[in-house]
Amino acid sequence: MSSPETQTAGGPTRTDAFAKRLAKRYRAEKRFRAMGLGAILFSIAVLIFLLGNMLSNGVAGFQRAELTVPIDLAASGIVADEALLTSIDAVQRLEMQGLSAVVSAAAEAELGAEGAAQVDLDGWREVAAAIQSDPALLNGASEFDLATSTDLASGLAGEGSPEMQALAQQLSADGMLAKNWDWGFLTRSDATGPQKVGIWGALKGSMLTMIVTFLLAFPIGVLAALYLEEYAPKNRWTDFIEVSINNLAAVPSIIFGLLGLAVFLALFPNLRSAPLIGGMTLALMTMPVIVISGRNAIKAVPPSIRDGALAVGASPVQVVFHHVLPLALPGMLTGTIIGMARALGETAPLLLIGMRAFVATPPDGFTSPATVLPMQIFLWSDEIDRGFVERTSAAIIVLLLFLLLMNGLAIYLRNKFEKTW
Amino acid sequence: MTIVHETIQNNPDAMMRARDVSVYYGDKMAIDNVSIDISPDYVTAFIGPSGCGKSTFLRCFNRMNDTIPAAKVTGLIELEGEDIHGTSMDVVQLRARVGMVFQKPNPFPKTIYENIAYGPKIHGLGEKKADLDVIVERSLTRAGLWDEVKDRLEDSGTALSGGQQQRLCIARAIAVDPEVILMDEPASALDPIATAKIEELIDELSGRYAIVIVTHSMQQAARVSQRTAFFHLGRMVEYGPTSEIFTNPIEERTKDYITGRYG
Repeated sequence: MSSPETQTAGGPTRTDAFAKRLAKRYRAEKRFRAMGLGAILFSIAVLIFLLGNMLSNGVAGFQRAELTVPIDLAASGIVADEALLTSIDAVQRLEMQGLSAVVSAAAEAELGAEGAAQVDLDGWREVAAAIQSDPALLNGASEFDLATSTDLASGLAGEGSPEMQALAQQLSADGMLAKNWDWGFLTRSDATGPQKVGIWGALKGSMLTMIVTFLLAFPIGVLAALYLEEYAPKNRWTDFIEVSINNLAAVPSIIFGLLGLAVFLALFPNLRSAPLIGGMTLALMTMPVIVISGRNAIKAVPPSIRDGALAVGASPVQVVFHHVLPLALPGMLTGTIIGMARALGETAPLLLIGMRAFVATPPDGFTSPATVLPMQIFLWSDEIDRGFVERTSAAIIVLLLFLLLMNGLAIYLRNKFEKTW
Repeated sequence: MTIVHETIQNNPDAMMRARDVSVYYGDKMAIDNVSIDISPDYVTAFIGPSGCGKSTFLRCFNRMNDTIPAAKVTGLIELEGEDIHGTSMDVVQLRARVGMVFQKPNPFPKTIYENIAYGPKIHGLGEKKADLDVIVERSLTRAGLWDEVKDRLEDSGTALSGGQQQRLCIARAIAVDPEVILMDEPASALDPIATAKIEELIDELSGRYAIVIVTHSMQQAARVSQRTAFFHLGRMVEYGPTSEIFTNPIEERTKDYITGRYG
């Protein structure tokens, strides 16, 4: 207490040394704030770069090069009544009437032999689909936008062989070739060429898989969390279970794929690639996350609420379902969002249960072969064809939007529960 | 061991009767052989320094100690002659008959109406909404809260002030029409005005319900109770009419506590 500072006028907090220390403290705080702000700005910059890059590529992925071909269907001699058009083999029956040849002839008349060769080989199928949805087209002449070959598409993009680039330039100068908004991308499924692919098959596969994952992981996870917190005695067994669940949450996802392969596919060998098996595998991965967050949410419910409910004569089950669960639900939903978002973006476990197959038709149920969005992105990114780069970006945008939608729904539900309680 | 004043006679019609009750937390004895009668004719106060076991003993009467895994209760506790640990008594039913108010106000995070109606609802006391309305109004009126909240029954119970919340909790306990109300330091978290209101309320409720109140405020015990039991280190040291305990304590430790020498 006899240091020189304390002996100067007015006590220890009124010395110069104290003022200096004070200034140093403020400087330290300023530095800390600047660093924090810097970290946030850096994260935002990275995010903007990522999203910007994705969007600029992805927008092109929602478009495709199309050739405009006028076809006089009335003069083609193709006839079709309602019965034919609604039958299962309508496309084949239109082909037998020579629709394919009609389309080729029209293309050749309009674009010349060189141009007609660059109409996608399956272009006539798009005409057939248009006729099916609007039979009145058969009574007149109309223009159809048909997908180009992959070569011409890359020619339009300024890549590929010089001949193709020249042809693309000439056709687009004549107003017959253009990049059009491709709504079909959202309704078609996987195909061999970037001009013909679509995301719907993978999107539907993801939806079906997520439904299975949620229906399994959420109730099982919540019930497990409730039992462990509310009923289970605290002994060595429950400690063991707790440690196991925590470890399960940290297991690399590909191990879950092996488990799915060894257990689920061994049990149901003919459900390879099915969303049901994929969902079950991902549910194994998601459940521990829900259990852990659920237990934390239950622990956060004040004991006084439990006591209050018990003291008016509520049975333990009533305490859980009338008081604990409603109060813990927002926290549980937060854990579910995290777990489901992780499951949605997962590819590794699904590789092993066959969901990386080439699936050209959207799954029509939980047991038919399917692929999922991240897997589709992975498959397309592996393709050699240049056109797949943009399609991959477009698929990423679809995946991000789906994620956003899913999380938005969960956050909406969470806030709703928080309000009423 | 326990000094019982001569003016206290064994009451054959006591609502609740505890005989040689001991409570253990694991190996540690928290309550040592306590016997007492609880009756609606008087308010009973448990006083004593912190950690003397008065709250633990109170929680025996509605078996709230069951929720603590390590706690073990021995001895006999009867509600109207029936053993509360016996097979004929269900713990849910017991807690409906022996209500409890806690130290910290703990309204449910629901509407005021729901807070009161919850108990009657789970016990099936109000079949129709109209019946529940009657119970809610009656309970809130008895708790002296009706005039303050009758226009805002749909507001959250947690939006009330601390004193109002505690009276809401008392109303919640009354709503299931119990025979006994246990109060565990019901005013210790409240300001003096809210405390005065709670004490007034206890006065009004006595006679209709058998009330036991745990308090570490000796003035409060003197104001609201007619019987006082002094606890120290897990033992009930002295039990008698409140007026005698405060004016003429027999035990040295009681005298020291009441005169403020410790506690």
